Amino acid sequence: MIVAVASGKGGTGKTTVAVNLALSIENVQFLDCDVEEPNAHLLLHPKVSRREPVYIPVPVVNEQLCDYCGKCSEFCEYNAIFVSSNKILIFPELCHSCGGCAIVCPKKAISEEQHKIGTLNFGSSGDVELVYGELEVGEPLAVPVIKAVKKQMKPDGNVVLDSPPGTSCPVIETVKGSDYCVLVTEPTPFGLHDLKITVEVLEDMGIPFGVVVNRAGIGDKKVYEYCREKDIPVLLEIPYQRDIAEFYSRGVPFSLEIPEWKEKFRTLFERIKESVGK
Amino acid sequence: MRICVTAAGNSLDAPVEPRFGRCPYFIFVDSETMAFEAVPNMAMGARGGAGIQAAQLIASRGARVLITGNVGPNAFQALAAAGVRIVVGAYGTVREVVERYKRGELRETGAPTVGGHYGMGAGMGRGWRRRYPPPPPY
Ligand code: SF4
Ligand code: SF4
Repeated sequence: MIVAVASGKGGTGKTTVAVNLALSIENVQFLDCDVEEPNAHLLLHPKVSRREPVYIPVPVVNEQLCDYCGKCSEFCEYNAIFVSSNKILIFPELCHSCGGCAIVCPKKAISEEQHKIGTLNFGSSGDVELVYGELEVGEPLAVPVIKAVKKQMKPDGNVVLDSPPGTSCPVIETVKGSDYCVLVTEPTPFGLHDLKITVEVLEDMGIPFGVVVNRAGIGDKKVYEYCREKDIPVLLEIPYQRDIAEFYSRGVPFSLEIPEWKEKFRTLFERIKESVGK
Repeated sequence: MRICVTAAGNSLDAPVEPRFGRCPYFIFVDSETMAFEAVPNMAMGARGGAGIQAAQLIASRGARVLITGNVGPNAFQALAAAGVRIVVGAYGTVREVVERYKRGELRETGAPTVGGHYGMGAGMGRGWRRRYPPPPPY
C-alpha cells in the first residue's frame, strides 16, 4: 500500500508523522519527496549506501552554426534563452527541458546536454528502506527530482511518501498514484485554512484521505468541526506534550521511545488499509 | 542615443519603477529629441525569467542604456552580453533621470544589484523556502 503524508503548510509535523508511521509498520520503504528540504533522514539516521545524480537535458548552442536569428528565444516559454545580435546565452536554471528550441532552430545549432539538478540518496535505518532526493541549491525544478525518487518505489511492499508542504506541483507529483493520503494539520485557524485547500486538491485527484491533528490541545475546535461536517476521518491526535517535543528536539522519533505510540500508528495504518480495501 | 527607462506609467512624467523585469512599462527615449515610445511589459506577471525577457526586448529595440532601480544577475548577464550599459538606483520621473544621465550625473553599474526572483512577492519565487525556512515541525 502506498501512503502519502502531506500538509497544507510547512512546520505541522508532517515528517514526524511520516517517520513514526514508517517505523511502526513492516516491510516498508520511505520515499522523502520533499526534495527542497528533505529532513526525514535527520530523524531516521540512515546509513547511506549509495548516491545517484539526477540529470535533466538542457540545450547547448554551437555558435559556429548559430546566426542569432532569435527563433529559439522567441519560442522558449520560460525565457531561458537570450539572443542578441552577436551572442546567445542559455540559463539552464530556467529551462524546463521541453526540447522545443532545438526543434525550432533553423540552423540545427542546438543540441542537448545533461545538467545535474539533484541527487538521490539510498540508505536504510533498521527495517526501513529510505530513498531521499535532494535538489541542488539554486535549482528551481523539484518535480524531475521527485519523479526520480518515485521511480525507486517498490509498490509490492508498503510505501510511505513524505510530500513537500503546500499544494503546488511538487505536492501533486508526490501524492499522485497513492492509495491514501494522510493530511497533517494543527488545530489552529492557519492549520484549518491550509487543510481546506489541500482537501480540495485531494478531492479533485480522487485520492482518499484522513487527518492527523498534531499539537492537539493548542488552538481551537474548528478543525474538528470541519472534519465532522465534511465526514473526514480524524485518524489520530498527537497532543502537545513535553516528552514528545523533547524527543523531537533530540532527533528521535517518539514511537521508538514510547511503545504505545507505535501501537497507535500501527492501528492508524490498519484502519487506512481497511478503508481502501487492501 | 536610445535610452530605456523602466517606469510605472506610460509617459515621460511617470515615476521610475525600480523592479526591472516586472515594471509596467519600458519607456524608450531618444536622448537628443526626447521623443519617446512606451512599451507595456508583457512579462510583468511571468513566473520566471521576466528579467531575461525584458533584456531581450531592450536589446532588440536597440537601446544602448538602461536606467532602472534594480537588476538581477540573469538580466545583468544578458544586458551585458548585448552591450547595454546599466544605471541602477534611479528615482524621480523618466524625464528627470534621462536629463540627469545626459548631464553625466548618473553612474553606470558593473554588477547586478539584487539576487534572483526580486520583486516576485513572498511565496511566488521558486526556492523561497530555502530563504525562509519553516519553523521546526514540532
Ligand atoms: S534558433 Fe538557432 S540559429 Fe536562431 S538564434 Fe537560436 S540557436 Fe541561433
Ligand atoms: S528546452 Fe524548452 S525550456 Fe529549455 S531552453 Fe529550450 S525551449 Fe526553453
